[in-house]
Amino acid sequence: MSLADLTASELLDTLGRGEASAVEAAREYLALIEQRDGDIGSYLRVDAEGALAQAAEVDRKREAGEELGPLAGLPVAVKDVLCDSAGATTCASRMLEQFHPPYDATVVAKLKAADAVLLGRLNMDEFAMGGSTENSAFQVTRNPWDRGRTPGGSSGGSAACVAAGLAPLAVGTDTGGSIRQPAGLCGVVGLKPTYGRVSRYGLVAFASSLDQVGPMARTVRDAALLLEAIAGHDPHDATSLEEPVPQYAATLDKPLEGLRLGVVKEHYGAGLDGEVESAVRAAIAQYESLGAEVREISLPHSKYAVATYYVIAPSEASSNLARYDGVHYGYRTDQTKMVAELAAERKALSDAGDEAGLAQLDTALVRMYRKTRAEGFGPEVKRRIMLGTYALSAGYYDAYYLKALKVRRLIRQDFDAAFEQVDLIASPVTAAPAFKLGEMVDDPLAMYLVDLYTVSANLAGIPGISVPCGFNTAGLPIGLQLLAPPLKEARLLRGAHMYQQATDWHQRRPAFSATPSE
Amino acid sequence: MSNAYTTVIGLEVHVQLATHSKLFCRCSTQFGAEPNTQTCPVCIGMPGTLPVMNRQAYQLALRTAVALNCDIPEFTKWDRKQYYYPDLPKGYQISQYDLPMSDDGFLEIADAKDRFEPKRVRIIRAHLEEDAGKSIHDEAAGKADSEIDLNRTGTPLLEIVSQPDMRSAAEARAYLEEMKLLLTYIGVSDCNMQEGSLRCDANVNLHLDHEGESIATPIVEIKNLNSFRAVERAIEYEAARQYKEWQENSEPPKARQKYLARPKQTRGWDDAAGVTRAQREKEESSDYRYFPDPDLAPVITKGDEVQAVREALPELPAALRERLGEDYGLGTYDADVLVNQGRALVDYYLAVADGSGDPKAACNWVTQDVLRVLKDQESTIDQFGVSAENLAGLVKAIDDGQLPSSRAREAFEVMLADGSAVDAAITKLGIEQVDESALEDLCRELLAANPKIVADVQDGKQQAVGALIGQAKKKNPNADPALVRQICLKLIGEGV
Amino acid sequence: MSLTRQDVEKVALLARLQLTDDELATMTDQLAQIVDYVDQLAEVDTDGVEPMAHAVEVANVFAADEVRPSLPREAALANGPRTNGRGYLVPAVLGD
Repeated sequence: MSLADLTASELLDTLGRGEASAVEAAREYLALIEQRDGDIGSYLRVDAEGALAQAAEVDRKREAGEELGPLAGLPVAVKDVLCDSAGATTCASRMLEQFHPPYDATVVAKLKAADAVLLGRLNMDEFAMGGSTENSAFQVTRNPWDRGRTPGGSSGGSAACVAAGLAPLAVGTDTGGSIRQPAGLCGVVGLKPTYGRVSRYGLVAFASSLDQVGPMARTVRDAALLLEAIAGHDPHDATSLEEPVPQYAATLDKPLEGLRLGVVKEHYGAGLDGEVESAVRAAIAQYESLGAEVREISLPHSKYAVATYYVIAPSEASSNLARYDGVHYGYRTDQTKMVAELAAERKALSDAGDEAGLAQLDTALVRMYRKTRAEGFGPEVKRRIMLGTYALSAGYYDAYYLKALKVRRLIRQDFDAAFEQVDLIASPVTAAPAFKLGEMVDDPLAMYLVDLYTVSANLAGIPGISVPCGFNTAGLPIGLQLLAPPLKEARLLRGAHMYQQATDWHQRRPAFSATPSE
Repeated sequence: MSNAYTTVIGLEVHVQLATHSKLFCRCSTQFGAEPNTQTCPVCIGMPGTLPVMNRQAYQLALRTAVALNCDIPEFTKWDRKQYYYPDLPKGYQISQYDLPMSDDGFLEIADAKDRFEPKRVRIIRAHLEEDAGKSIHDEAAGKADSEIDLNRTGTPLLEIVSQPDMRSAAEARAYLEEMKLLLTYIGVSDCNMQEGSLRCDANVNLHLDHEGESIATPIVEIKNLNSFRAVERAIEYEAARQYKEWQENSEPPKARQKYLARPKQTRGWDDAAGVTRAQREKEESSDYRYFPDPDLAPVITKGDEVQAVREALPELPAALRERLGEDYGLGTYDADVLVNQGRALVDYYLAVADGSGDPKAACNWVTQDVLRVLKDQESTIDQFGVSAENLAGLVKAIDDGQLPSSRAREAFEVMLADGSAVDAAITKLGIEQVDESALEDLCRELLAANPKIVADVQDGKQQAVGALIGQAKKKNPNADPALVRQICLKLIGEGV
Repeated sequence: MSLTRQDVEKVALLARLQLTDDELATMTDQLAQIVDYVDQLAEVDTDGVEPMAHAVEVANVFAADEVRPSLPREAALANGPRTNGRGYLVPAVLGD
């Protein structure tokens, strides 16, 4: 059996017992990436040299009997949105193609301290904006189950990488479903922790009050292992919670006695794919057979979640992305060309005697900003910056941004009330399985509506997990989402693990031809 | 002359708080470092970085707000003020918008020379925000690039906004001086205008009467005011300029309406030319799109914490002036001179006054001799050569008659030179009391030797006796000139 | 309310984006569609509801006022697209 067939937890044990070395494990994964990723496109950059050096260092430490971190020798791949001083952090954007952060994100620092072996950086939608990874400025990522379809997004690289077996563990980020949705579409496990559970320091911000970093893996046990390593209070993040990190992996096998599982009545309306609905209902029935009590609950404001999200997230994004102005880091437009262009415009206006036009003409500085940002950002990022700028601008603030903040509280209160009655909430992750590449690129609103089941958890700040719960007739994975009250990740993981103990959806693997396709 | 208009002035003061590190990162706030040597990923605004608030900055801001008699709301938060400028690396400034940390305070101003009536200037709000960096543009190079230095980026600033309660340049200056004094007394800032730790913008307009109608001219905000003198000059210039502008636009009614409806304008003060100039502004530049900063937690300050801050405040300048008047019998002018020199000098004075038991004499010594020496030496009271205890000894020695006041300055110079106490100075100068009979003998001797002077005095030229005083001093340096004069006149009168 | 091309032009300047005529047209259509969708928030009764700007409600998070080393200047400027070794360079900042 190959090391790459093992789950992360199994691999950790194997390495711990000295039955294989970290270098062997890294080599095996690097070979698989070489062989398969041309087809999938999950990695933006593979750091073979760095990974092998880290692996060798772990082996040396083990040999010398030195203390080892909790992920010693485990290969991990990271979404290209978390700063790593070892190289570039691009957010899949032209804007940051040349950006080399002089510091490590807290999560990256924790992975290094845990003796993980960092394989490389994963593709994503530009600045984590999107649900198909098609907004990457650099490459397309394909769903390992059907190469003509999207892996979802924005952590599509992370989900595809784990599904294709190109890393046992991956780190993703989730602002409106960006971990859970691609996990669901690729048939892997993805967890978005409680807001504040994992540090955001070094995570390039999309929407600061919604962003969270989380684990992606093949099994719930592996997700628990990775979460435990990256969670915890960080003095560099004022919004991180000062709560001790439970031993998620160690308590995983304790079954949830008398589990009350909530089913949201608003979730099963028009638009939900029939095969998805039956898979989710079957999963709920599975819980019942495991002794859970299923209760119907209501989240009356859930239908406003997408609208609320698409005001708050773009508003924050428009502000967070203002810093990309070509001055202190990142891309800048060709200044000579820009100056010449401006001079030509000035001359034309002047020749035409157009005083008003001249008064309106950008200064060189303003034109530098505008061209830099026009050339550095892709269309979806521009769309969201525009939307957010509009929502915050004079005259619209109260109607959009402030209104959305109020509805956000109502959404949170719906959850607070629901969790009085139930321990976990079960739902679909998406209304349909993976869609075709290119299918929605020209219809942003339709793309936004894909986030229907996932955005509420970000707005409310609660944890959620996506676990595989079946396949449709075309062989595409279907995901089940479980949601828990704030900081109840242990309960969430135990609930999801309980399901995986009783099912084998998560053990299925997509097919790969034996020879690398070109 | 009764003025044709009233000048209405509101001031916005920005003061850098005296923390060691910046507001949201731990880079040094030291002034004067080489460009871009005091920056880190956070204050450069690099992707992924997050702000964490400096506790001391908040405490200093709170102390200031309490000293300015502001209300401190229990809940306050920080907002992003968004605009593009190369010295603002995040594309937004973290500031406070609708829920500032303090509001509704006041500062009292008065003029020792009575140029205006004492008044209370109301303060709208004081809020905590981050400073921007600096853009350096080489004017000579014309269209060359500007250079950006981010060392100052993120330094904590308190913005203090007054109501438009001032009515003259003198009042505006008094407000700034009193503000600076207060801030220095409570130790929240060094208020160095040259280094930019105290900055000021002035909002100026005119109120006037036009055919029985009250008119307010459009408000002008004046920027680039780099000294208190510049504030005074700019306000005076601007008032005159606005009045001229009003006269040019007051008729016909259509022109007047158009003029009065003009939005607030920003003008920059050109100190060398002594004029204000309009600054170029984009129409959209004022849409700052404020919204709560999701990266920062709000701050909750309970009433008992505010009370503790209030109780821990040192004595403020106004209270100190009052105490010097009531307990030490000093006039407004003297109290002002002392208090305006700063707390250390006041403490010195208090020690001299208390040690000597003669607050008036102590005040004369401190405000005249001590301040003169400090000025000559360009030094401060903590480096001064005569300790408060020794100066008190000197005052006491004069009062006790141990030291003739005629020789007190000599003694002071000796004490200043070698740090000695008054007794040692007296010994060193050989000062001793001359008893009156010895002095009378001396005078008889002098009169006998100078019959011409005696005759002159007898002829009514009393001033002739002056020549004898010099001779007496030569024979005995301790001879008190007044006494010599008095004895000589008495003896001549007796017909010696 | 419906979004016009003029609105979009104004927002593009505020956001410091330069859009081509084609982009402006597409952007106007797409934003109008999204704004129409978002307008459904108006029907929610939010009287007396406190806005929720943070996902978790923590307060009074401070750091101690202790100076830590800054980045060496070379490292600080290393990512700058245009520098002179002392500072970041930008097209002339004039008039203020």
